[in-house]
Amino acid sequence: MKTGKLIVAAVALFGLSATAASAVTTLDAVKAKGHIQCGVTTGLAGFSAPDDKGVYSGIDADVCYAVAAAVFGDKNKVKFTPLTAKERFTALASGEIDILSRNTTHTLTRDASLGLNFTYYNYIDGQGFMVKKALGVKSVKELDGAKICIQAGTTTELNLADYFRTNSMKFQPVVYDTSIQTREGFDKGACDVLTSDKSQLAAIRTELKDPKSAVILPETISKEPLGPVVRQGDDQWFNIVKWVLFAVINADEMDVSSKNIDDLKAKTTNPNIKRLLGTEGDMGKKLGLSADWAYNAIKQVGNYDEMYTRNVAPLGLSRAGSVNALWSKGGVLYAPPIR
Amino acid sequence: MAGPKNTVAWHRNPLIRGIIAQAVLIAVVVWGITTIYANTVANMEARGIQIGFDFLSEVAPFGIAFSPFIDFNLGESTYLTVFFIGIQNTIIVSILGIIAATILGFAIGIMRLSPNWFISKIATFYIETFRNIPVLLQMMFWNFAIFLPLLPLPRQSLGGGGFFLNNRGVYLPKPVIENASANTAFWLAIAIGIAAMYILHKIALKRQEQTGKTMPGKLVGFGLLAALVALAAMIFGAPFGFSTPVLGTFNLTGGIEIPLPLFSLWFSLTTYTAAFIAENVRGGIEAVTKGQWEAAGALGLSRSNLLNLVVIPQAMRIIVPPTISQYLNLTKNSSLATAIAYEDIVALWTGTSLNQTGQALIIVAMTVVVYELLSLLTSIALNIYNKRVQLVER
Ligand SMILES: N[C@@H](CCC(=O)N[C@@H](CS)C(=O)NCC(=O)O)C(=O)O
Repeated sequence: MKTGKLIVAAVALFGLSATAASAVTTLDAVKAKGHIQCGVTTGLAGFSAPDDKGVYSGIDADVCYAVAAAVFGDKNKVKFTPLTAKERFTALASGEIDILSRNTTHTLTRDASLGLNFTYYNYIDGQGFMVKKALGVKSVKELDGAKICIQAGTTTELNLADYFRTNSMKFQPVVYDTSIQTREGFDKGACDVLTSDKSQLAAIRTELKDPKSAVILPETISKEPLGPVVRQGDDQWFNIVKWVLFAVINADEMDVSSKNIDDLKAKTTNPNIKRLLGTEGDMGKKLGLSADWAYNAIKQVGNYDEMYTRNVAPLGLSRAGSVNALWSKGGVLYAPPIR
Repeated sequence: MAGPKNTVAWHRNPLIRGIIAQAVLIAVVVWGITTIYANTVANMEARGIQIGFDFLSEVAPFGIAFSPFIDFNLGESTYLTVFFIGIQNTIIVSILGIIAATILGFAIGIMRLSPNWFISKIATFYIETFRNIPVLLQMMFWNFAIFLPLLPLPRQSLGGGGFFLNNRGVYLPKPVIENASANTAFWLAIAIGIAAMYILHKIALKRQEQTGKTMPGKLVGFGLLAALVALAAMIFGAPFGFSTPVLGTFNLTGGIEIPLPLFSLWFSLTTYTAAFIAENVRGGIEAVTKGQWEAAGALGLSRSNLLNLVVIPQAMRIIVPPTISQYLNLTKNSSLATAIAYEDIVALWTGTSLNQTGQALIIVAMTVVVYELLSLLTSIALNIYNKRVQLVER
């Protein structure tokens, strides 16, 4: 009967621990531990990649730096957790990370059934195809019968199947776990084609043994709005991450940058900028942050355009004329007003 | 008719007490599991995570490249089919790996005991190298550093006459039934041939028992089988034709494909596990007492007869139990497949399916059950074999 007692004890423990969780808010927890735990890729140039000292950079990493600056006044109070596509949602739902900023597409299933909330977008993308130049392929329509390298647990897997099905073409998926394996697979000829979001193709292409040996086909077969994700059920934290992102986009729109921000803070008469920088109104307080939350984020990390120019532009993806331009410049990025 | 009166009260009867104790224990376990499940589900739903079995009957929205025995139709097949394909692929690589690792392991184990210094050192070197490097590393090494870069691309495939090798896999001609009656005749000939082989073997054994003369029963039976098959082919024509692989735009199509991920996985699991089996074999053989070797030697048996007839049958009962656990290890190690893009149950089910549906709890539980069942089946099969080996010895 000893085992019986043990089981009863175990069940009681489980039952208790399962119900007692999640009483503290994410903001309190983050402040208590002194840093934000940020989920990123295992390495994707331009989005989130560690340098040789292990310091992460990229437009996804910048989101976390900006939130840290807004919360702590210090952008360096972030720790990064590299995650594969498969691991990312569990890591967030289980509380291992506070923000998932890992080129993650907003979809209904993810938003509605995984216990997650998508904030806004820091890069709007679409799925494309990269092929070996030697094959002489000019269009996705010519890929019938190809072997295609993809990464497991991505929207890429689904779009690929949909596209080939709609066009009555056949393909053989070669599915890897990590970005590095997928690239190696393509580079060494395990497949004819690599498919992913186009920005990722651009990043992966730069890391091929011979980048010129591969071409990215013109077609875009899907919508991939990428942005930071938080756990469902903590509206305050959701608001903080969302509004930090809105703040850097608004700053871009109002031409507030890390370079002119101190100047503007001292001199501007524009009430919109004053509210953004915390010299008027109590925007920070409403979020549970200090008045200079957005000032710190912009000053230390930059506005959206600075983030883009620093990280994504070097991949050869220009912002002007793309969907990632501001709404006022022909793109779709549109942040609600800070008031 | 009434037997001696049972004077023990029912609640003192050890049998009944035993049954009651077990029933209570089972009830507690079942209650425990259902409580944990209900609690987990309630907690997850409170956090907005949806759980349910409905997804099993939904259409799987992604492609699968390798499924030799179960049809996968994109847009029609459900998640449940994906689950079965995953199991199928895990079983395929495990069985192929177990067979090859057993053969290789025995060869190396025996080499290691060889009186020839050089052969024995080669075996030692093999065992030490393969046993001490993590199997995931070996898998990645063979796949990404050896096979992928060193084998040619499809357009430069090696081989000919329907057999090809390139860095996408091994390609063989695929038998296709062209003439139904010839095919039926072929299988009939095989069935009759096998029956004849069996009967002749039995007759030969009986003859040996009665007269002491050996007679090549199996050999004669086999000759008969070959003759029957040839005769059937002569009368009805070729039992099947072959569809040979041909180069399409990208890959070889039309034949049987053993994709490179399967090949790499099989190769690395085999070479790794063989090192352990070799040690089991060596241990088993060394445990056979010296007297047995000497007695067999004194009878003038050759080394291979000495091993096959005297030593190995006795060593088997020591070799088999630890080898069972190596078979189980191989099966479990096959779950590393996803690193090299083989579609085993972990890749298809706890990888892609889990991610696309978000049903972590159910999917992981189902996978655990599969591995549990596979382990159980392997143990049962080999335990039966083990019992027989032990009986033969007495
Ligand atoms: N946006 C897609 C795809 C995201 C994704 O994981 N892309 C791969 C491209 S190969 C990647 O970034 N991998 C980086 C890594 O695994 O570290 C999604 O949300 O499902």
